[in-house]
Amino acid sequence: MTTTTPTALTGATALPLDHSRATADGAHNHGTAPSHSGARETSRGQRRTSFDLEDFPVPTGREEEWRFTPLAPLAPLLAGRVDGNGVRTTVTPAPGVSVEQVSRDDARLGQAGRPGDRAAAVAWASFDTATVVTLPAATPSEEPSEVTSVLVEGVGDAPTAAHLVVRAETGSSGVVVLDHVGQAALTETVEIVAEPGANLTVVSLQGWASGAVHAASHRIRLDEGATVKHVVVSLGGALVRITPDVELVGERGSVTALGLYYADAGQHLEHRLFVDHAVPDCRSRVTYKGALQGEGARSVWVGDVLIRVEAEGTDTYEENRNLVLTDGARADSVPNLEIETGLIEGAGHASATGRFDDEQLFYLRSRGIPETEARRLVVRGFFADLLAQVGVPEVEERLLEQIELELAAVSTPDVSTPAVSTPAVSVREEDVS
Amino acid sequence: MSTLAIRDLKVSVETKEGTKEILRGVDLTIRAGETHAIMGPNGSGKSTLAYALAGHPKYQVTEGEVTLDGEDVLAMSVDERARAGLFLAMQYPIEVPGVSVSSFLRTAKTAIDGEAPPLRRWVKDVKEAMGQLRMGPEFAERSVNEGFSGGEKKRHEILQMELLKPRFAILDETDSGLDVDALRVVSDGVNRAREATGAGLLLITHYTRILRYIKPDFVHVFVAGRIAEEGGPELADRLEAEGYDRFEQLSA
Repeated sequence: MTTTTPTALTGATALPLDHSRATADGAHNHGTAPSHSGARETSRGQRRTSFDLEDFPVPTGREEEWRFTPLAPLAPLLAGRVDGNGVRTTVTPAPGVSVEQVSRDDARLGQAGRPGDRAAAVAWASFDTATVVTLPAATPSEEPSEVTSVLVEGVGDAPTAAHLVVRAETGSSGVVVLDHVGQAALTETVEIVAEPGANLTVVSLQGWASGAVHAASHRIRLDEGATVKHVVVSLGGALVRITPDVELVGERGSVTALGLYYADAGQHLEHRLFVDHAVPDCRSRVTYKGALQGEGARSVWVGDVLIRVEAEGTDTYEENRNLVLTDGARADSVPNLEIETGLIEGAGHASATGRFDDEQLFYLRSRGIPETEARRLVVRGFFADLLAQVGVPEVEERLLEQIELELAAVSTPDVSTPAVSTPAVSVREEDVS
Repeated sequence: MSTLAIRDLKVSVETKEGTKEILRGVDLTIRAGETHAIMGPNGSGKSTLAYALAGHPKYQVTEGEVTLDGEDVLAMSVDERARAGLFLAMQYPIEVPGVSVSSFLRTAKTAIDGEAPPLRRWVKDVKEAMGQLRMGPEFAERSVNEGFSGGEKKRHEILQMELLKPRFAILDETDSGLDVDALRVVSDGVNRAREATGAGLLLITHYTRILRYIKPDFVHVFVAGRIAEEGGPELADRLEAEGYDRFEQLSA
């Protein structure tokens, strides 16, 4: 069922060697592409980041970071500062977790990197007050972490900015679940700071009503020995674009970025990640999986990983898989891996986009399982290993429920001519090495 | 007594070179409790018969009829055929990542019976059947056919036959790729299922060795999409001695 990208890029075990060899001739660079200024970037690390809105012109759609995104629905969030009050945020903290509303000049804001695109810069320029959730410094307990819940409720279409900071102080551990529901036009910043030795899980669930438009810049900083699990689940909304930027700035940091999306007819779900290995001995794992069904269902996944020359001992792997359930859907998948040092543990990436497998369907149906149920089994199976990695039982259960709701919408698409039509699947692999 | 009747069945597939007729008029009647071996050289259409009966969309029936106790099998969808009592043990079972064997078996059993099996009884039945097929308990938690060895896949097919209790089972080269020990384990499973349910069997094989463990009542020799010769178990012995050479001119 899968169409894999060039074989040299899919063999996980062979990759570290290949890439190490490649670095002997200088930097190994996949995915060199035009920057917003029109010039060729030599490294993802050189792409502009800034707190100043003026540093990011309104995008035209030709820029590398905007080329897959329908700009019309996002226009109100890109034109300039926004001042709507379109969302209500309610935090239910776990015991010991503190929640504050703070003004723009609070010293804890802006510590996890700078905005990397116009939508993020608008968000930074626009918010009045920010919500700061703090997991206080502590020795990690053996008790299972209780969940802090952040509910972001959309109440209208007025273009709105929001700013959330999640700080896991030294040695703390905890789980923060961010829920987006209702109708909104939101540009949002989520800063995630994991201090030394912290163990933090942040889940962002996009369960928007069908007309919502959402741009979110997740900026994640890991200090020494910190562990972060970052989970993005995008199911609702008309257009959702999440850009998680991960900075590994302390040695032995470990980040696991998981993503699950399910695009229905007319929906655009976009996830662009950047993992910046700036110091030695850090580990990153990125796994995003998506299903698409219906006319005009659209997903974009871009995964940039940069291993800087200082980042010896890096161990990284990123993977994106898409399951296209019907005709008329399109998935773009672009993994980019830049390696500036050969002294690494391992580096690899994989991307595969496949059509629903008619042979699997035949096998299940030949055991009496009706077609609709067989399709659901296959899709559930596709997401199963990802869900198991979330590691928070209460969150896994909720995600399962949400996926069941999506699956309930799996009707019986046109299967009168199985295995003969050409799927509208696009597999992109940028590799200029 | 249940009867599976195949009358003048003609089946084609689409190839790059155009439509190709594989089955050119097959007549065969199988009654409950009977075991029919279908033997023949490679490319004679044995597997096509199996997949056409199961309803694989690749195989187009152009003529003929198939009835199960008078019901028109060809008018049924793939899953309806299974629920009517047909079972195909595949030569190359398909992997279904992320779907555990236990959940797959329970879903299939529920679909075929029209209701969920009583839990306690079901767990016991599955455990017992897996034990007899020398499948460890960890099997139940693995994804369907994913990473299974050839022998494991075949055991898993026969496990399904034992648990789903079809009225007619088609075994498509179940013996291929099995060593002697595995062949015996799998054959014992087939014999148990047959005795327990009185199912009719259509045993498709290239070689005679599985017939030492599963005794056929009838042997049919398939050549060029038709049954070229029929007889009792003694015909298998003759094929063992002589091979398929004497049928060569028929397929030319």
